[in-house]
Amino acid sequence: MSAWLERQQARTIRPAADGPVEDITHQRISLYKEPPSGEVCIEECERFAIDRLRVLKGIEEAKTKGFKGDQLHGLVIQLADKHLKCATAEETRWKDAVSHFVLRLAYCRTEDLRRWFLLQECELFRCRFKNEMPTSQVEFMRRHNFAYEALAGEEYQGLKADLVKVQESVGNFAFAAEIKQPTSKDAFFKVPFEQVPDLVASRRVLLRGGAAFVSRHEVASLVVGHFRAGLSHSLALTARRWAASIADEEAERLTPVVLSLSERYLGPDYGDGAPKGPQDVVMAAQIPALAKQSFPLCMQNMHSRLHADSHLKHFGRLELGLFLKGIGLPMEEAMKFWRAEFGPKISGEKFDKEYAYNVRYNYAKEGKRTDYTPYSCKKIISIPVPKNEAFGCPYKTLSPADLTEQLRAMRLPPRSVEEVVAKARGGHFQLACMAEYEGRHSCLCDEGINHPNQYYDESRKVFLEQQKPAEPATGAALQPGVPQAKSAIGTPPSIVTVSAT
Amino acid sequence: MEDDPQEVGEVPTDRKPVRRSVQDLMRPYYGLKFPYNEFCQWLSYGNDTKLPQADSNFFQRREFCFTLNGDIFVRYQSFKDKEELRRAMSTKLPAKIDIGPVYNVDPQRRKAYTGTGPERGFQPVERELVFDIDLTDYDDVRTCGKEGHICGACWPLMAVAVEILDASLREDFGFQHILWVFSGRRGIHCWVCDERARKLTDEQRSALAAFLSVYKGTEGGIARLALSTVSNSNHPSVERAYRMLSDAWTEHILPQQKLLADEAGWEGVLSYVKDEDVAERLRGRWAREQGRLTSGDISVERWAELESEFDKVLESKSADRARKQLLARNKKEIIFAYAYPRLDVEVSKKMNHLLKAPFCVHPKTGKVCVPMDPSNIWAFDPEQVTTVHDLLEAEKDSQDAAAADAAMEAAVDTFRHCFLDSLRTASKANLVAKARANEGLAW
Repeated sequence: MSAWLERQQARTIRPAADGPVEDITHQRISLYKEPPSGEVCIEECERFAIDRLRVLKGIEEAKTKGFKGDQLHGLVIQLADKHLKCATAEETRWKDAVSHFVLRLAYCRTEDLRRWFLLQECELFRCRFKNEMPTSQVEFMRRHNFAYEALAGEEYQGLKADLVKVQESVGNFAFAAEIKQPTSKDAFFKVPFEQVPDLVASRRVLLRGGAAFVSRHEVASLVVGHFRAGLSHSLALTARRWAASIADEEAERLTPVVLSLSERYLGPDYGDGAPKGPQDVVMAAQIPALAKQSFPLCMQNMHSRLHADSHLKHFGRLELGLFLKGIGLPMEEAMKFWRAEFGPKISGEKFDKEYAYNVRYNYAKEGKRTDYTPYSCKKIISIPVPKNEAFGCPYKTLSPADLTEQLRAMRLPPRSVEEVVAKARGGHFQLACMAEYEGRHSCLCDEGINHPNQYYDESRKVFLEQQKPAEPATGAALQPGVPQAKSAIGTPPSIVTVSAT
Repeated sequence: MEDDPQEVGEVPTDRKPVRRSVQDLMRPYYGLKFPYNEFCQWLSYGNDTKLPQADSNFFQRREFCFTLNGDIFVRYQSFKDKEELRRAMSTKLPAKIDIGPVYNVDPQRRKAYTGTGPERGFQPVERELVFDIDLTDYDDVRTCGKEGHICGACWPLMAVAVEILDASLREDFGFQHILWVFSGRRGIHCWVCDERARKLTDEQRSALAAFLSVYKGTEGGIARLALSTVSNSNHPSVERAYRMLSDAWTEHILPQQKLLADEAGWEGVLSYVKDEDVAERLRGRWAREQGRLTSGDISVERWAELESEFDKVLESKSADRARKQLLARNKKEIIFAYAYPRLDVEVSKKMNHLLKAPFCVHPKTGKVCVPMDPSNIWAFDPEQVTTVHDLLEAEKDSQDAAAADAAMEAAVDTFRHCFLDSLRTASKANLVAKARANEGLAW
């Protein structure tokens, strides 16, 4: 290591605090060094963990939507307040710790899960740390022995011009002007560049001989570095212990909870859980018109393929069939619909023999009698699609040229077409779908798209809203209504988003 | 690999009517010419000494990958020492040798450590930080040839890449032990061998690669560049690169690549000029004077005209600030788009990425992958690099044979004085320091 690294150890200066600070930060931010001790029931474990998962998935979603800086910060703090805050600081801290450690178990088991968890937890930590007052930030760093060398004296003067340039290049003009003042001081810490990879990657630090000069505004990156290193190490350890003993020892208690947590989809499941009112029922005859108006592209594609070929292969039948069930098509109507669509090619008798089973299966009347729920985007995107099959996510499976053609045929405004195709090409399939939604409905889609049925419901809402002034109450030909299923869990604040990497 | 094997025959030959294939020459090359001493001293990092802290297993834990004739990859080869490596190379005669990371255990015995658990017992623990730049990635901006082509006219692109990266690695990141190697055909490799560099995590490697990547690919014929979007100030490291690029631009790249010599050329450059007025004026002028004769270089002259058109606006009192900023930015963009090093970042991001070893022989060209002196990079001529044919097919005791041997010796000498000597001193000092630190603990 270079000489100054060794020197640094010798003459470490800790960032000074402005007088004594009450030790309050540990109530809001933690490095999660020790698991909490106390009693907690399994159900509470799960509930806490799901609440934290909502926060983490919300963070992921915001980032895929392109939230950055202050916007992201505000959103994360809001999410944390909403889902993790309790009546007292003591309870909040308890819930925070319990939920973190339960999810640590759930997300330690594979490389992908660990990476995901680490990424979101670091963002949460960063925002919480930044949310603290500077004095309590310093206190936190002091308490955990995070010591950094301050850049001062001649060395500071010599680097000033370049430090100013870096700040200007990232748009921090006020801070740049402040550094220029001859009296400015204590503005930077000097650390090995290895400690701030994010700042190096985005060229937000000046580098000189292996040292990175981190401004006091970016000190969160340093602390997050420690947090990341610690958590990454702990996750690896937990993974080893999980495989070696915990999974078996807890087979009756924690294991099932933990296993299901990492696969949890948090939106409403659009199954038949909530009873639907009569206005929620969709009739077979309405499907073509509804498809044109409110089906997302994946379902539209399958529907038109079905119509053109008078046939649809197994996965397509499953995906479209469950979706139709989700929008309120009763089994008898489904039978009518499929029989009519297959009609030109397949006789009624053959249909009853070979395909009616499928339909009943989807409605839990055959086979395992599981009440299958419609597929979420996450699932649809993850299914591998062979060539020339109509199922799967079209934003993933179609070539940019085919996609463009289809969107144009749907009369999507050219600007939207461009946006959708760009998003799809970038591997952001759900964002592409969202852009298509926004183009088709000429309104914003705040929640993002994470389920074809959610797309449909939102779309119906928009069209019903538009119809209201002209045709109040009833009478619209297309009015399967707005499902109320969401009240069960409340509006999902966090949404599973899958994007290609 | 895609080339016709006969291409080798295109290399001028007046010494022997029938030339043996490169593969046929690998036996004498590995037997007589390969510099095992220097090669193994490098990869031992002082652990081949008797110093108390030396780790005698170190070399053995390094992965080598042999590409045997017929594109068969044999990964996870490891060797106890120089002799074992020499024996393996002389018997297996690999067409290519790649160097991988140093693992926690001997890679040949990795199977004993691949547990079923989520944490693999077998993993890389250190690895040089490496960079790979390939001229094929410049195909949209070089006019002298495409794909496997390399010549004196496109070499400046590589030379300026060496200058820029070498400066940043030394000045910004503080690295000292940097090896530059000609990759045998159309590119260059860089090995950063400081202990600190070898210990970087994948995340840190990615960050470093991102820091050095101003060029982020080409979309619709226009380069995507990571220059500051909010200010005309760029990071000092980027500004330093710009100064180096500007010098190379007018001195070498513009004239040798003839970038403004014809309409296709100037249209490419003008597509970065977002000021329609200025672009139109230049376009009109150059079209009118098409085929004009000049004593100097037409591209350099036209660039001077472009600069003066830019300056007219930049110095005018009536032009508004935004317009001036845009123009100043456009000029930088042109130069960065055409000449900034185009890194293959995937190679640099991961500890366990393989990279071809220096002193290998390129199977198509027969050229030896020779080390280069970064302080004298403009003098390097990729067309004059020693080949195995020069080394092994010249008549015994002839002048040619002596010249080839001298060239090989010079290459090994470059390896030593630009890289190995100081690395070896530092590695030993490092081990001594570790031993002292340990003694200190013992007290």
